[in-house]
Amino acid sequence: MTGIQIVLRTLHDGERALERELLAAADRHRVEHEFHHVARDIARWSHEHAERIAHAAEPHDLHLPGPTDQPEAAPPMATVREPLGRTLGRQPNPGLLLLRDLRDLHLAATENSLSWEMLAQVAQAAGDAELLDLAAACHPRTLRQLRWTNTMIKTLSPQLLASL
Amino acid sequence: MRPKVDRIARPWGDRAPYGRGEAWPVRVDSYLEPGTTADAVERWVPTASLLHSNGDAMEVAVAHDRIVGVRGRPADRVNHGRLGPKDLFGWQANHAKDRLTTPLLRDGGRLVPCGWDTAMDRIADRTRELLDESGPGAIGFYTTGQLFLEEYYTLAVIARAGIGTNHLDGNTRLCTATAAEALKETFGCDGQPASYTDIDHADVIALFGHNMAETQPVLWMRVLDRLAGPDPPRLVCVDPRPTPVACRAAVHLAPRAGTNVALLDALLHEIIRTGRIDRDFVDAHTVGFEELAERVADTTPDWAARICDVPTRKITEAAEILGGAERLLSTVLQGVYQSHQATAAACQVNNLQLVRGMLGRPGCGVLQMNGQPSAENTRECGANGDLPGFRNWENDTHVEDLARIWNVDPSRIPHYAPPTPAMQIFRYAEQGSLHMLWITGTNPLVSLPDLHRIREILGQARLFTVVQDLYLTETAQLADVVLPAATWAEKTGTLTNADRTVHLCEKAVDPPGEARPDLDILLDYARRMDFRDTDDRPLIGWHDAESAFEAWQECSRGRPCDYTGITYDRLRDAGGIQWPCTEAAPDGTERLYTDGISWAAPDDCETYGRDLLTGAAVSETEYRALNPDGKAVLKAAEYVPPHERTDETFPLQLITGRTLYHFHTRTKTARTPQLNAAAPEVWVEVSAAEALRHDVAEGDLVEVTSPRGSVRGRLRITGIRDGMVFLPFHYGYWDTPEGHRPGTNGGRAANETTVTDWDPVSKQPLFKTAAARLTLVEHGDGTGSPAPTTTASAPADPRHIPPTAGGPAAVAGQSGGEP
Ligand code: SF4
Repeated sequence: MTGIQIVLRTLHDGERALERELLAAADRHRVEHEFHHVARDIARWSHEHAERIAHAAEPHDLHLPGPTDQPEAAPPMATVREPLGRTLGRQPNPGLLLLRDLRDLHLAATENSLSWEMLAQVAQAAGDAELLDLAAACHPRTLRQLRWTNTMIKTLSPQLLASL
Repeated sequence: MRPKVDRIARPWGDRAPYGRGEAWPVRVDSYLEPGTTADAVERWVPTASLLHSNGDAMEVAVAHDRIVGVRGRPADRVNHGRLGPKDLFGWQANHAKDRLTTPLLRDGGRLVPCGWDTAMDRIADRTRELLDESGPGAIGFYTTGQLFLEEYYTLAVIARAGIGTNHLDGNTRLCTATAAEALKETFGCDGQPASYTDIDHADVIALFGHNMAETQPVLWMRVLDRLAGPDPPRLVCVDPRPTPVACRAAVHLAPRAGTNVALLDALLHEIIRTGRIDRDFVDAHTVGFEELAERVADTTPDWAARICDVPTRKITEAAEILGGAERLLSTVLQGVYQSHQATAAACQVNNLQLVRGMLGRPGCGVLQMNGQPSAENTRECGANGDLPGFRNWENDTHVEDLARIWNVDPSRIPHYAPPTPAMQIFRYAEQGSLHMLWITGTNPLVSLPDLHRIREILGQARLFTVVQDLYLTETAQLADVVLPAATWAEKTGTLTNADRTVHLCEKAVDPPGEARPDLDILLDYARRMDFRDTDDRPLIGWHDAESAFEAWQECSRGRPCDYTGITYDRLRDAGGIQWPCTEAAPDGTERLYTDGISWAAPDDCETYGRDLLTGAAVSETEYRALNPDGKAVLKAAEYVPPHERTDETFPLQLITGRTLYHFHTRTKTARTPQLNAAAPEVWVEVSAAEALRHDVAEGDLVEVTSPRGSVRGRLRITGIRDGMVFLPFHYGYWDTPEGHRPGTNGGRAANETTVTDWDPVSKQPLFKTAAARLTLVEHGDGTGSPAPTTTASAPADPRHIPPTAGGPAAVAGQSGGEP
């Protein structure tokens, strides 16, 4: 696989995973209304990104599946980054669960952001204007996803943690 | 002009036409209760209106220590003597037989009378317990837009520096939060740019989701008088209902609910495409134009026409009028603020004004409106999710400044996270981390969305609720402690209207029984809690309205809402004065931004801004890079579809709204005979095509059901857009046998059906974007629905429906007068 292929595949997986996770977390926290609605709104961005990545990958001989229409249920990725959930108690406290989900979403978006960075860099090195445009169009939205999770954590954690 | 007119039948009275740039003629409106003549009035006490945001200056007539009527003040800048129907008649609610006259305490499931000491000790004890057990985050305050400035400021100091909680907000969150947020996003700081006098000069007035005729009837009279005069303005109206504004508009756009951003992006697209921008203004006073132009490059009228379901031609026509205006005034209200993408849409209206360079000159500006008499004061005093004086909670210098004024350590003022908005306060109560909620002057059990949920939250035994009000409202019925409050004309204080005009409202009569001014109640609480400052002096050093006002003046010094040049005495002499009013501007300030943008610099601004789609905070560093010179920010926004979509089960878009004759949850207006008779019962509004499709007719009893609940009412067929159903939100249960919830006759409160969803930027709940279905309960007997015929609810076919009229009981005086 070429470097471009590797990055495109990673990014494609990452965006699809983030969409799934956003929708799954939105579902888990239906009563956290702001979280629920915004998570669904910005899941659409990841959906669109995956679509555009798949499209852009074709000329690079990389055939990525289109985005799933009905994203599968949440992957067990939350278990990979467990510490906060573990330290903060075994009982399913919904406030803690929300903070954990926000943290996981933040980290997932960070991974994507770094991948976009790599794509932009390799696109420049290879003189690939199309991929550079793709990164320029999509990366800002990934950064917005990041800022959102960060803002939500900053806003909610004082109340949710101090009241334990 | 006739000397007397039925002001229920003719809510806006008779015309006094005037031309562009001329002075609005005076017309003095008055009403005295039957049997009282002007000579029987012992004194006239100056005040301003309470049942909307217009700030109409008036006087209360007193005879034998009782209010017997009102009249407008001819010399006041706001109303030139005029009054609206609610001003003329609403004061009678002060005399209602069921006013609360003694504190009540819950005892064995019942509310029983108790003295003030018992009630206040109970509240103070519970506060102390909670502070010990759980800390300040367990305590929250939910206030209103109907108290006085002095009361909000006192409440803000108690909550922020006394208790140290982040949880203080007003029902203004439902009303004016988006107006404030949109101004903050665009201008870096809150503060209404325009003035009501701009109506005298504008050649085009664009009303976005603003049924001015019903929300600010006196302001609408001003527009009507211009429309009747030479060189009248042209109106552009965006509203799904056939409001009186729509009926007078040159172009009326009736978009699908939740599509305002698409429509506004298309208008901006057209204006930029046709080159009708003021390039010099844009360069000198704004940042972000390139991004905005790029964002709207593809949002053509055709594209928006499909999303909004509005003819392309009408969008281009509207853009033509807006683009060709010489003096453009835009106004915005709940059709934008309570709808999907609220702040994003309101910001696009600001953008429209800015790219056209229409700001800070007579006739040019934007009025981001609000609905309650003192909503503006909650914003400036910091009782509406901001720090007092439009200070930035993220700017340490601003917090230190506040701490200096209060003589406390900055760490006592919570500023690690934004102040908590109302809907989130209720969420914390639901989720169990908030244990005490003190509600002043508002009735969430009718006014908040998704009432089933709100009833559950307020019904929890673990939540200690204090309700301070005039009557035993739906909310008060569930309280642990009920405090009887004095109201307008029974206490003194100031209020500031939607165009920054400050009025003094003086006490005219004593409150009933043991009822007390809200300020006295708050001061009593502060004493019992013994809040202290750094030098161990009482944190709250004032003792009455005027000394509270003076404390506020200090807090406002040097801030955009500077009150230092306004005193009670000056307000008595001069009538309404617009802030900022300082030594340099002793007569107040008519328009903001006459000389460029003044409060957007990174060190001055009230906020660094938010992402218009997600609500994510823009960091200080980002803001400094984006806007180093403190210009207006042209914030672009992409359209996203509304969250709750119609489908086969719920095929109609549901919106809620108000009527001219009522205010909020009818606590006062239903106790006013003329107003209540004009709109006595909830109704359901659909178009003729929709009625046909559902096989229902005018006057049929129908049920509107959403995924959350249902409401029953008689059907009114109007010119509302197809595919939509409208419910007035005023009706609750206090005057039904059940008291605070639906009974066997089904729901009556529109909020049984509304969705829990809010704008992520302004946190204002969305009352105007839900899905519902309509079913027949039983056919009517041909008498028609009880909805008013004089307003947006006018019947499409008026032939068999008696027109709304007040008869002899509603005849009020109107006369010309000297300005
Ligand atoms: S009716 Fe609407 S605009 Fe008026 S005060 Fe209430 S929420 Fe605000």
